[in-house]
Amino acid sequence: MDLLSDPDNLDLYLTGFSWILRLTGAGALGALVLGVILAGFRVSPIPVLRGFGAAWVNIFRNTPLTLIIFFCYFGLFSTLGLSLAEEIDVNNFWLGVIGLSVYTAAFVCEAIRSGINTVPAGQAEAARAIGLSFFQVLRMIVLPQAGRAVIAPLGSIFIALAKNSTIVGTIGLAESSNAMKTLINDYGSQTILIFLIFAGTFAAVLIPTGYLFGWLANRLAVKR
Amino acid sequence: MSTDAVLYDHPGPRAKIRNLVLTVVFGLGLLALLYWIYVKFDQKNQWAAELWTPFLEANTWVNFIIPGLQQTLAAALVAMVLSLTFGIVFAVGRLSDHWWVRVPAGAVVEFFRAVPLLLMIFFIFYGLPYVNGGVPIPAFWAVVVGLTLYNGSVLAEAFRAGVRAVPTGQSEAAYGIGMRKNQVMRFILIPQAARAMLPVIVSQLVVLVKDTALGYIVAFPELMQRGVNDLGANRANIVAAALVAAAIYIVINFLLTSLASFIERRTRRRGIRVPRNGANPVRTAAQNVAMPAGMGGGAVGA
Repeated sequence: MDLLSDPDNLDLYLTGFSWILRLTGAGALGALVLGVILAGFRVSPIPVLRGFGAAWVNIFRNTPLTLIIFFCYFGLFSTLGLSLAEEIDVNNFWLGVIGLSVYTAAFVCEAIRSGINTVPAGQAEAARAIGLSFFQVLRMIVLPQAGRAVIAPLGSIFIALAKNSTIVGTIGLAESSNAMKTLINDYGSQTILIFLIFAGTFAAVLIPTGYLFGWLANRLAVKR
Repeated sequence: MSTDAVLYDHPGPRAKIRNLVLTVVFGLGLLALLYWIYVKFDQKNQWAAELWTPFLEANTWVNFIIPGLQQTLAAALVAMVLSLTFGIVFAVGRLSDHWWVRVPAGAVVEFFRAVPLLLMIFFIFYGLPYVNGGVPIPAFWAVVVGLTLYNGSVLAEAFRAGVRAVPTGQSEAAYGIGMRKNQVMRFILIPQAARAMLPVIVSQLVVLVKDTALGYIVAFPELMQRGVNDLGANRANIVAAALVAAAIYIVINFLLTSLASFIERRTRRRGIRVPRNGANPVRTAAQNVAMPAGMGGGAVGA
């Protein structure tokens, strides 16, 4: 059968990208929640929390994602017996989401912390002067402004997350890099076309997304 | 730059007590978590001596970890040199006055920045032999070329942002004393851009070191392949091996990151000149690129 007319190939392609979408969505959500909590830890008055946040960032930012995903599968699942779903595909998906979230949260945390640094000191001082507590200052004054300042870096992080989600393929999830490999094996003569289709899909989605985040960042920036 | 301590007051007596209570509560929670991990490991017999003693034997280091580390560092080093070259060439290309240089250079940079590295390595390793008449591509070169195209593109953007952040008076003055565009680029703009973007460049090199671990997927015998997969398969101690390998990666990258922040402090102290009009373009450009760089790249719009 021909590469472009075989419905199985279309199926492979769509399944691959739907896994990428789901990994990106779930990973981004997990990383955002974890990252905001970690950023809060890192600026908190309590040294133990600050230390925990710093340790998290240094450990996970400096470890290859490949190794983290590998560990999620062979460590958490195979050796330690953490099973997240009956179906192997869904199980690997959630293991991948854990790895992606834990890794990406370190970057989200650092982005938000640098956003907190863009908020003028006077704002926090004024907030404290009217009697707001640390948590109130953070929640009502600092984080909303910091959030708008870090839209562009966060966008880049989520774009990188979408690309990184191909690494979950190494633990046997049939995402798009695996689909591409399968197709290359089956249709050796059309290797370049196959690469252009898969790489082109990523480029076609991610390049405009990058510009969208850039535009949003300009639009929503706190004008000072 | 507001310091973190601006967010809370110096603790009074009540705040001190509250902080102490929170410290104890969180500390206990952390200890409980660590104990839980310890117990879980224990249940699966992960503390057994035979899983950890291999790391005390010379054989493990001589035959697995050190050869793997050498391959990792070799690939990282070659890819670093190549991607810095690629980055400078394409940054200059993108800043060219001729559209027929600017547009293709821009397309190449945008494309390789948006494509997952794994797809490129797969294409080079599995796909190219079908095209070039069956000559197999060594895993080393599949990894190095993939890393170069990807990190080179990210670095090209870093250099470009750096060049654009150099105050325009610099190049005007250079043109004024009769330099050509080529000379302005080589003698005035690139050196300043490289210096301003040094932290970004080094943090991108951290990404490069980490991404060599993808070589494991095409059976390139680097640290992950030799030190985790092969060793783990031989000794059935995959968890222990992964933790040791992670520690090695963390040490290498921590050293690189420390170098980056050292350089950043130094450059800041020396003072990069900043135009008066509002926001500091060097910092903003650096920050915009710095975030994706640490993460493994990404398209920053605008």
